[in-house]
Amino acid sequence: MSSLKRIFNRLMGRPSSESGESVASEEAKTAPLNPALVNGAKPEAPVRHLVYGAAQSVGMERDHNEDALFVLTGHVDGQEAMPDFGLFMVADGMGGHRSGEVASAISVRTVAKHLTSDTILHLFDPDGRDQDRSLHEMISAALEDANQSVVKEVPGGGTTMTALILLGEQLTIGHVGDSRAYVIDGKGSQVITRDHSLVERLRELGQLTPDEAATHPQRNVLYRAIGQGANLEVDVVTHPVPHGGYVLLCSDGLWGVITDETIEHIIHTEPTPQLACEELVRAANAAGGPDNITALLIYFPPA
Amino acid sequence: MRRQTRALNTDETSQFGQIQPGVTLQDRYLVLGVLGTGGMGSVYKGRDLHFPNVTKLVAVKEMINMATDPTMQEMVIRNFEREADLLATLSHPAIPRIYDYFTQESSSYLVMEFIEGKDLEAILHESDEFLSEEQIVAWSIELLDVLTYLHNHKPQPVVFRDMKPSNVMVDHHGHIRLIDFGIARVFQPGEKGTMIGTEGYSPPEQYRGEASPVGDIYALGATLHHLLTRRDPRSEPPFSFAERSIRDINASVSPELEAVVNGALAYDPKDRYQTAESMRNALVAAAKQTGMLPARTSAALKPRNEIEALWTFECEDEIRGTPVNHNGKLFVGCYDNNLYALDGKTGKFLWKFATEGGIPTTPLVYDDALYVASEDHRLYALSPDTGQVIWTYASEGPIRGSPAASQGHVFFGSDDRYLHVVSSATGRRAWRVEAAAAIRSKPLVHEERIYFGSESGDFYCVDFRGEVKWRFRAKRAVTGSAVMADTLLFFGSMDWTLYAVELDGGWQVWRFRMGGPSISTPVVNEGKIFTGAADGNIYAIDARSSRESWRFETEHQVTGSPILQEDSLFCGSVDGAMYCLDYRTGRQRWKYTTGGPITGTPIIVDNTLYFGSTDHRVYALLT
Repeated sequence: MSSLKRIFNRLMGRPSSESGESVASEEAKTAPLNPALVNGAKPEAPVRHLVYGAAQSVGMERDHNEDALFVLTGHVDGQEAMPDFGLFMVADGMGGHRSGEVASAISVRTVAKHLTSDTILHLFDPDGRDQDRSLHEMISAALEDANQSVVKEVPGGGTTMTALILLGEQLTIGHVGDSRAYVIDGKGSQVITRDHSLVERLRELGQLTPDEAATHPQRNVLYRAIGQGANLEVDVVTHPVPHGGYVLLCSDGLWGVITDETIEHIIHTEPTPQLACEELVRAANAAGGPDNITALLIYFPPA
Repeated sequence: MRRQTRALNTDETSQFGQIQPGVTLQDRYLVLGVLGTGGMGSVYKGRDLHFPNVTKLVAVKEMINMATDPTMQEMVIRNFEREADLLATLSHPAIPRIYDYFTQESSSYLVMEFIEGKDLEAILHESDEFLSEEQIVAWSIELLDVLTYLHNHKPQPVVFRDMKPSNVMVDHHGHIRLIDFGIARVFQPGEKGTMIGTEGYSPPEQYRGEASPVGDIYALGATLHHLLTRRDPRSEPPFSFAERSIRDINASVSPELEAVVNGALAYDPKDRYQTAESMRNALVAAAKQTGMLPARTSAALKPRNEIEALWTFECEDEIRGTPVNHNGKLFVGCYDNNLYALDGKTGKFLWKFATEGGIPTTPLVYDDALYVASEDHRLYALSPDTGQVIWTYASEGPIRGSPAASQGHVFFGSDDRYLHVVSSATGRRAWRVEAAAAIRSKPLVHEERIYFGSESGDFYCVDFRGEVKWRFRAKRAVTGSAVMADTLLFFGSMDWTLYAVELDGGWQVWRFRMGGPSISTPVVNEGKIFTGAADGNIYAIDARSSRESWRFETEHQVTGSPILQEDSLFCGSVDGAMYCLDYRTGRQRWKYTTGGPITGTPIIVDNTLYFGSTDHRVYALLT
């Protein structure tokens, strides 16, 4: 029995048996559909991958940076080509005596540790995948563990966390707090996370107009964040890869200072994601830069 | 912007410096210990030394004046004294008496009756189970009595402002006492930067600075919701009570009590009980209904159908599959081994074709031919006009999976464990691929990939050469078929789970646990997935967050699949009825009862709903 055959049998969930090989499984491997019936061969296509850029600034009014960001990407071409994969995070820490920057750093490290071992490493070991847990559950667990670490190690500190994992054709995002993930494509820009802030909640309920929310004195009050208690409820959402479009992760030092229209305009005007991130940060500083600014922009090539 | 979530905690307030036991305030109040600590200061247990011969205990509430500017400080003190004067005039058994107040250094103090007992938050923490409805109703009536007293105070109503479990004490006699009037609020710093999180019990209008009696009603509703469900609103998004239905969490609560609590929690103040009296009356009426009268038994009335059938057609055995409509003809398989062709408008019999086994599958019309799979192991290609056989293909087991077609081929699974791929024109096999067990799901064919589940729980993605691209393992059979939306596949399993699996690599993105096994094929619209399960429910689940939007309970298993038209969802149940629901809310619009379980899926063509029932009939209803 060839090794190819054994792999095939394993994939199909059949016991490997030397004797019971049927003609059918030979056919399954070797009898393709008549090529004339299958839409012909695909034209040669250049290998294209995602491109990202990132920029940070302490801002104009603060003296230290409490924001953290994280990027891990990969691509595989050749016989075992697979779609690009990656892990991206933005965290915005809060709390006095440096506890904000420690909280965001610990959270990023904890979530990265969990998600690389639970998901990305299994890209190269499909049979080792934990079929008993969904990506939603893994991301929730990673953020909950970050919460435990911050509660234990940084009392009084807290952080937002927006963590995006790219696997196959799907983005899955774990989120608490008021950092944001935007999807920006031909149809415009859309926030796919929900701010866990009091004013956003009031706006959702129609108590505040978007303009009132943007200037409300309590707009920085969060009702959910890492490090704020033993139990953390994590929002997890999933979104198809926006081929030919962008995903932006950013802290409120960006989105709270310049408008969504400005953000979209800059992204569409700048030639690369890196230049766009630098320009986004410059624009937020030009508008006063009251807080730390983090922008992480990912471009997905057309399918 | 600098942020802080939630109120200051105990550790932080210690920096303000608590008064140590043994200190005497105003030469009169000897501090014995700390009763509690809040954001504004502490509450001390004290002894009033004006009564030297007895131990008269008092509670001394301290409020630290955080204003820095002397004018502001004075204003805070004036406000405090005005409020204290007002409280001193109140007289009600549930309100602690105010004995004295004073200001010294940067703090003001209120001296009150000392109440021994336990607050509701502590009571809730100490019990592992739900508190009894009877007990909560008794407390609620007392709370509404005291609110009635406060709100009818002359010349101006008194608003409590801070109703929550920790502000309600139960004394040694089992009666409730309100312990913390919102007096502390005059000490709340209004400066930017120090932010206090939401309390969870406060009404939405409070965040615009409005305090009113209907705000107290809301906060009481929030308190009762917490007591009944044990879900702390401070750890939930603000104003999200409607998303946590009391009876979903604690099924032992009566619908009557739930309705009263919901009436207090309306988001718009106009929609709440307008007075504590009216809420009290509603609560008493509900309590009488649940406690003093025997539960009503619903009369076993035969349901009358609200809508009429356009026509029905009777076969000789059960119809378990789903019909298909083509050019005005309706084709449906039956357990009497026949495939029937009927006139879609009138239900007139056109022809039938006899196989040698039951037909549990859905026929397929593709390229002007009709494909029928039967338990006699065969797939038949027929002429849709006459029912004449074009070709026959034999598998090695009963076929219980419905066929699908793409690019000149018919794809179907059989109990012989193979997925068969057959030329639609000739009936010749192109290839087949073996799975771990019988395949009864209908294959989903998309962009040269085939997705199907098997009875072992293995779910496969196979390319057009028959090569397995990935395999996902559910814990039990995947009998229903998959549906695709964007880059996710959704399918149910006998393991009680609805799975969302990523198309390209087979990653399990999320799973949703139902109350029973599911063989229903989901349907997707507007980012929602609709499916049925053997627990009798039809579910609506958000595709991106995996949260349940609603569920509708039928009286028996739901084995068929829902379908959608405009804003309606149609789905049959083993309870014998075809349901029409509003698909956004899950509310029932109508139901149509047949004489037997409905196990298949309906179809809609030209505003006519067609479906079969195990009462042997095919029904056509006008929607």
